[in-house]
Amino acid sequence: MQDLPTANELISVVSEFLREQLLPELEGRKKFHTLVAANALDIVARELDTAPKANIEERQRLANLLGAEGSLAELNKTFCQALRLGKLDLETEGVKEHLWATTLAKLSVDQPKYSAFRKAQREGRI
Amino acid sequence: MAEFEETLHKIVAEHLKARSVIGLKRLSGGASQETWSFSIETDQGTEALILRRAPGGGDGNSSGTAAGLETEAKLIALAGNAQVPVPLVRYVAKPQDGLGSCFIMTHIEGEALGAKIVRSEEFSKVRPALARQCGEALGRLHAISSDTLPPNLRRSPATDELKHYEGVYTAHGHPHPVFDLAFKWLEDHLPDEGRTTLVHGDFRNGNIMFDPTHGVVAVLDWELAHIGDPMEDLGWICVNSWRFGEIEKPVGGFGSREDMFAGYESASGIKVDPDRVKFWEVLGTLKWGIMCTTMYEAFKSGMDRSVERAAIGRRSSETEIDLLYLIAES
Repeated sequence: MQDLPTANELISVVSEFLREQLLPELEGRKKFHTLVAANALDIVARELDTAPKANIEERQRLANLLGAEGSLAELNKTFCQALRLGKLDLETEGVKEHLWATTLAKLSVDQPKYSAFRKAQREGRI
Repeated sequence: MAEFEETLHKIVAEHLKARSVIGLKRLSGGASQETWSFSIETDQGTEALILRRAPGGGDGNSSGTAAGLETEAKLIALAGNAQVPVPLVRYVAKPQDGLGSCFIMTHIEGEALGAKIVRSEEFSKVRPALARQCGEALGRLHAISSDTLPPNLRRSPATDELKHYEGVYTAHGHPHPVFDLAFKWLEDHLPDEGRTTLVHGDFRNGNIMFDPTHGVVAVLDWELAHIGDPMEDLGWICVNSWRFGEIEKPVGGFGSREDMFAGYESASGIKVDPDRVKFWEVLGTLKWGIMCTTMYEAFKSGMDRSVERAAIGRRSSETEIDLLYLIAES
């Protein structure tokens, strides 16, 4: 067990420093890249918060859909092949729900401000 | 720079009767082409111009998908003859000019920043007319007679595009179940070959110059032009990535498909098949998602260690939710 601050606290404070202290001092390409850097840290912070649980749920859903066991990466590869060959499709029970749940979980980490994610929130999909 | 400016001065003096070159400056840092802006003084007054040039003055034939600058200049001239709003090509350089592969065109005043077009108050009056105008421009562009096209244009029907991007995705090696679902959907919905025409190849909000009063004033960035299914252009401008947050306005974030189709039909006399356009919107969305992974690959290989290149890999999930809305909504 590591000591405090937590990984999340460290990332948040660096992101805050970039945005609030450094960004106002910069211009042009450096300003743009610093903003991208702060956004990247925010992705990591959100991932640390939600991915452990989301990945366990995603793996479990895949195991149920495929009737097989394996790591998250292995099951995803098998799932991809099954979709590509049409062995599983949107008519298969649970496939559509799984794809939406997984994609929404990814977006909530990567880009929760994206227009289609916000639309999904408005529609009550999450 | 001094030598470059001197050579440029000599060319415009000889071919455009310029007395002097003013305000030469580089506009984009694009890896594929250089863009420069400058003005010339002649007996008729001052004229604002744009120079498109191969990087560092090379021959400009390095990329497999890019049409090459001489071809680009020919296409812009052909499009102008067909009443597509484009700049006027003023001079195409010859090898003995010493500037490498390049051409000079008129500088058109306007706004090409997508976010401004969809949101700025300045464009609120003209905005409702833009989708129709885009349709008209494409209708005229696709009517250009294939006999007049430059002979070296790449041909890329839907099956080739699919095969190419599936190869890139497979080589990337990271699983994206929504991409596999989309490849299967595209294979199942592949339209018959139908009519083939000149396709702009990158017709989207961001590559079109707009004026707050007149709307579309110039279609820019012709380097991905090729021969293929004309509906590719109508699908590409609907991809959500180019709507700048205005998700309910499918055409570029500023208009409706119905308006674009009506403009297209009035300019070309050809009825639009919405299913065919949707096929290309799905393929376009998938294509952008795969391009995001390709840009991440440039970071991973060490070619470009910028934060931006790394982070863009996390934007491919945006196209996954767009794909689900397109093919797995209900």
